[in-house]
Amino acid sequence: MEELKRTPLYEEHKKLGAKMVPFGGWEMPIQYTSIIEEHLNVRSNVGVFDVSHMGEIELHGKDALSFADYLVTNSVKKMKNGRVKYTPMCYPDGGEVDDLFVYKIKDDFVLLVVNASNYEKDLDWILQHKEGFDVDVQGKSFDYGEIAVQGPKAEAFLKDYFEGEIPLTELKYFHSEYGTLFGKKVLISRTGYTGEDGFEVYSDSKDIVYLWQTVLDKGKPFHIMPAGLGARDTLRFEVAYWLYGDEIDETTNPFEAGQGFAVKLKKEKFIGKEALAKIKEEGIKRKLVGLEVPHGGIPRHGMKVLKNGQEVGYITSGNFCPSLNKICAMAYVPVEYSEAGTDVEVEIRNRKANAKVVNLPFLEPRAGKK
Amino acid sequence: MGYKVIEGLYYTKNDEWVKVEGDIGTVGITDYAQDKLGDIVYLEDIEKGNKIKAGETLTTIESVKAASDIYAPVSGEVIEVNSEVIKEPSIINKDPYGKGWIAKIKIENPDELKELMKAEEYSNYRKE
Repeated sequence: MEELKRTPLYEEHKKLGAKMVPFGGWEMPIQYTSIIEEHLNVRSNVGVFDVSHMGEIELHGKDALSFADYLVTNSVKKMKNGRVKYTPMCYPDGGEVDDLFVYKIKDDFVLLVVNASNYEKDLDWILQHKEGFDVDVQGKSFDYGEIAVQGPKAEAFLKDYFEGEIPLTELKYFHSEYGTLFGKKVLISRTGYTGEDGFEVYSDSKDIVYLWQTVLDKGKPFHIMPAGLGARDTLRFEVAYWLYGDEIDETTNPFEAGQGFAVKLKKEKFIGKEALAKIKEEGIKRKLVGLEVPHGGIPRHGMKVLKNGQEVGYITSGNFCPSLNKICAMAYVPVEYSEAGTDVEVEIRNRKANAKVVNLPFLEPRAGKK
Repeated sequence: MGYKVIEGLYYTKNDEWVKVEGDIGTVGITDYAQDKLGDIVYLEDIEKGNKIKAGETLTTIESVKAASDIYAPVSGEVIEVNSEVIKEPSIINKDPYGKGWIAKIKIENPDELKELMKAEEYSNYRKE
């Protein structure tokens, strides 16, 4: 087995008594105290996550933006400096290479932030398609450190410690700016993966330990707690944010995953355009839905969804929702069974559990609602 | 970090404990097991009156992270189930040897207890 990579914060996690697990090729903290406690603290106060495992790929050159626009399904060509967009990146057949954030830093500099588990694959994919573009592609995952400060108190906490082009209080959802946080140079964006307001902070990897320690220290009046990958997963699950490998992969397309908002078929050209246009024209056959599963356990990735005893779909992810105190799941089911209120069954450990289709998300995200 | 182990109980390699009073064995999972599982959010209901053999699956427990089977440490009839932990499984995280007990089994064959570990032996078995 390939040796697991460690973020610059590895020793900090050990000091905090974190349980470490392998994730996407990295040894990451799954929890410090309790997943549920960390989850609820992010919903009510503020939590800090080590997300240094995320992959950063920089595009430099005159065609940086048009190249990014060609790679992804969303429209990124006309973004203003500092704007951030979420987008799938597809194969020619419409399956997904990855989902990512595109940061337009300036006309000739675009930052792509991709899933840790897909970093090498994405980098190869991007390099393979750069012909004809005046662009320099640089894999920079190890040069960046990244933490996410998430929760309703994130802004109140960080606003006095950040100095940038504009005050943090004026930084809009899905926008970014450079500045200093606790005296260290950072790129900060009002983005996240929890459904709460909050920020993602990128720094030189050598500064991330100082930032992490200082955030934990100065955040005490705001009841900050470190939060691990376990809480990151339950938080994103409640607000139905996709996780690559669970909800989306090379066999799923953005329309059935509910990401149609991020596919701009009016763009002149992008990888996957023809296939996606055809999928849209013919209509999707299955759809990602929410399920409530009151009894029988937690549906996990890959478990079967049944209707009238017949296998009709599969669970993408399932979990206990700490903020809702119930067990839910996401699943792909045929469009005819995707209406809220439809009764289906989930096969959990060779037993059938009743489930009901519900609208997504399970919990309405508060991020961006300021 | 040391895990709590209680004197006078019998322990299995799969981290169940059984407390013997007369011919009744109260069964639960150990502090080590609850810590490894993490936040416990589901415990499958157990049918009272079930006859079970030592080593068979008594029930399934699920944490946020994973599902795991709980095996009967001894053979016998399930005479009582802790309905409180079925309703609120996180009790097991808080008090695995007390309020977090899972079921009571009427012990059929006390000789089976000889196969189980005593506190000191289990403590060494799970020493980290």
